[in-house]
Amino acid sequence: MGQQVFLLPDVGEGLIEADIVTWKVQVGDVVALNQPLCDVETAKATVELPSPFAGRVVQLHAREGDTVEVHTPLVTFEVEGAGGSTPEEVPHGGEKHVVNEPDEERREPVLIGYGVANEDGVAVRKHRRRSSTAVVAPPVAATTPVVSTGPVRTTPPVRLLAKNLGVNLQTVVGTGREGVITRADVERAVRADVTPVAPARVSTPSTGPMTTSRFVGRDLAPWSTGEREERIPVKGVLKAMAESMTESMLTHPQAAVWVRVDATKTMELVAGLKKHPRLQGVRLSPLVIVALALVDAARHYPGVNSMFDAKTQEVVVKRYVNLGIAADTPKGLLVPNIKNADQLDLVGVANELSALVEKARAGTTSLAEMTGTTITITNVGPMGVDSAIPILPPGTGAILAIGRIAPAPWVVDGQVVARQVAELALTFDHRQIDGALASNVLAHVARFLEDPATAIVAG
Amino acid sequence: MVDEELVQLLTPEGQRVEHPDYTSTLSNEKIFSMYRDMVIIRRLCNESTSLQRQGQLALWAPIQGQEAAQIGAGRALQPMDFTFPTYREHGIAWSRGVPPANMLRLFRAVSNGGWDPYTYRHSVPAIVLGNQVLNAVGYAMGIQRDGAEEAAMTFFGDGASSQGDVLEGFVWAASFNAPVVFFCQNNQWGISTPMSTQSKVPLYRRARGFGFPGIRVDGNDLLAVYEVARTALENARAGGGPTLIEAYTYRMGAHTTSDDPTRYRVEAEVEVWKHRDPIERVKALLVREAKTTQAEFDAIDAEAEEFALQLRADVLAMGRPDPITMFDNVYAEGHPLIEEGRREMVELGISGGAH
Repeated sequence: MGQQVFLLPDVGEGLIEADIVTWKVQVGDVVALNQPLCDVETAKATVELPSPFAGRVVQLHAREGDTVEVHTPLVTFEVEGAGGSTPEEVPHGGEKHVVNEPDEERREPVLIGYGVANEDGVAVRKHRRRSSTAVVAPPVAATTPVVSTGPVRTTPPVRLLAKNLGVNLQTVVGTGREGVITRADVERAVRADVTPVAPARVSTPSTGPMTTSRFVGRDLAPWSTGEREERIPVKGVLKAMAESMTESMLTHPQAAVWVRVDATKTMELVAGLKKHPRLQGVRLSPLVIVALALVDAARHYPGVNSMFDAKTQEVVVKRYVNLGIAADTPKGLLVPNIKNADQLDLVGVANELSALVEKARAGTTSLAEMTGTTITITNVGPMGVDSAIPILPPGTGAILAIGRIAPAPWVVDGQVVARQVAELALTFDHRQIDGALASNVLAHVARFLEDPATAIVAG
Repeated sequence: MVDEELVQLLTPEGQRVEHPDYTSTLSNEKIFSMYRDMVIIRRLCNESTSLQRQGQLALWAPIQGQEAAQIGAGRALQPMDFTFPTYREHGIAWSRGVPPANMLRLFRAVSNGGWDPYTYRHSVPAIVLGNQVLNAVGYAMGIQRDGAEEAAMTFFGDGASSQGDVLEGFVWAASFNAPVVFFCQNNQWGISTPMSTQSKVPLYRRARGFGFPGIRVDGNDLLAVYEVARTALENARAGGGPTLIEAYTYRMGAHTTSDDPTRYRVEAEVEVWKHRDPIERVKALLVREAKTTQAEFDAIDAEAEEFALQLRADVLAMGRPDPITMFDNVYAEGHPLIEEGRREMVELGISGGAH
């Protein structure tokens, strides 16, 4: 037996690093040649790395979310034969990393960030971590009673379940055929985990939802089984959101105006258009009318569709609308935009909107689709709230929020009647846009929604 | 894929269909042998992709989905014909007899080519987009001057079809009635540029404007590609001049291993083309007509696995030539800029030593 180290290759012509997106193997797993090890994301692509060796995984040198430099250790394998049957050689500037059978001392689990000892016994410290904590590999659940070593035998769906429930498979006794860990074994381990026998628990949370929930683009483990404190690296979409919100709040003095609106006619218009035979297949929603209303308001008040350029000390007024749409996606919050939305009619906006949302959900939104936004809409209605005071996306003048559209008492001709009512809010950059302009814009949007047919026809 | 102008002899379901101009001349034995070619070349492609992801190749250009286009055209060639490929023609190289590991030498950056073009009558891959088309037309004009009964065939994609070199090649081939077949694999994507942007007319129709025939063939139909390519080559050898063949196909994978197609195309499109798989339809035909057994298919799969292991071993055994050798074969004669580069590399100590 010998050890082989798989160095992160340059998977895309001149890349220097890659982010680990998902591990598909764990320490102890026996893997076949070309079995997928992990997904990595580089500046160019997200790709799957197949195993260059057949053997047992002895160490993963990085955690999900870590950034790893090209030509530094990624996975250490134990392979049959001295040094394995395949020569470990990297054609492009990497050095040889063959680790011979190590002594007991060297086989200790290694701190991530320090790498393994190389042939000279010197720690290879090339691998950079950007997250703030260093933990012992492999990460184990806080309530681990016994940690067995050796390969874990189970199936990928059960591994996923265990991961979601925060169960360390090394601690689970398999009752399946030939000791394979089954779904029932994992579920039993979870129940055992919350009994008072478990150490380091002051009180026993006997109940708690067993469902996972989405947070910053990942599935959070349930309350009762997740780690007491979980540290999530600030990467990817989360990082983008954090940076843009911080930039906005630090450098864009912003204020908001809001209004309630009778959107009954908007709802009726949408319902009527949906029935039209020529519009079958077009995904119509009140949001389409809101988009048209905001574009129309920008045409009447171009000042709202502007950007404060602090560097040049200029305000840039834009006579085109790249309409940003805040989208809740599996990866987190993305704000792609509809380019030149002012050139589109109702059907055009509807088609672009559904294409954009579909791409955002599928995770295929391109960078180009997320840059150049001039003004934004965020639709918080589907989440069941009345409205929101949004934070301005940096480099834009305003963002419009719309909440749910629901029946509410409304006064018409002195009579209280039930109407479809919605609440709108507009956050604006108060450096160049004053309250009067913002109010005019929002009132324009409100009038549009109160009588959309007339507004569309009359312009 | 209802297209009146598309030559098809075998449907995606593996059913034979009639065509007024083309009839399949392939025996069941030959179809089986071409099926084997396609399976092996797909395995070669998958193993090469893995080798790239493992740091053993610098780059790889996948052909998955285009096996029928390449094996159909490759097996229609005669030994004395000469072929001019781009970097995605692994199936053509296989048909020409290029040893598989040699195809990977370029992608491992241990060679500027990988094989002797005259041994296999298959040029080394042109990386400069469309350049091989000019080479092929020039070679074909040479065939005319030798009075030989041979043809040149050149391969390019829908992306390269926009290159000046390709269009200049069309002009010269037409003007001199050169014995050349232009084989365009329209795989629908020029990296991230869709066909709808690439050309406002179907590519094969361009040929008419240059003065020679253009034919669109179902590029995922082995039988049709073979017949269309064979006919065009025979016509060229007999003095009938050039033909443009547009093999209508699909690149199932990435442009190269540096590319991520999920960023620019939708999964639904890939799903549609999965049903048009070039290998599956031949398999269905073989099962129905030649009564090929599962054991026979399994034997080919097993052979492909063995092949992949051997390929991997060959690649790992290639070693690392001294980087300084990259300057050796840039020009036939010395060139001051190349000499300067070589000198700088020695001074920087990148070279492994004496040369």
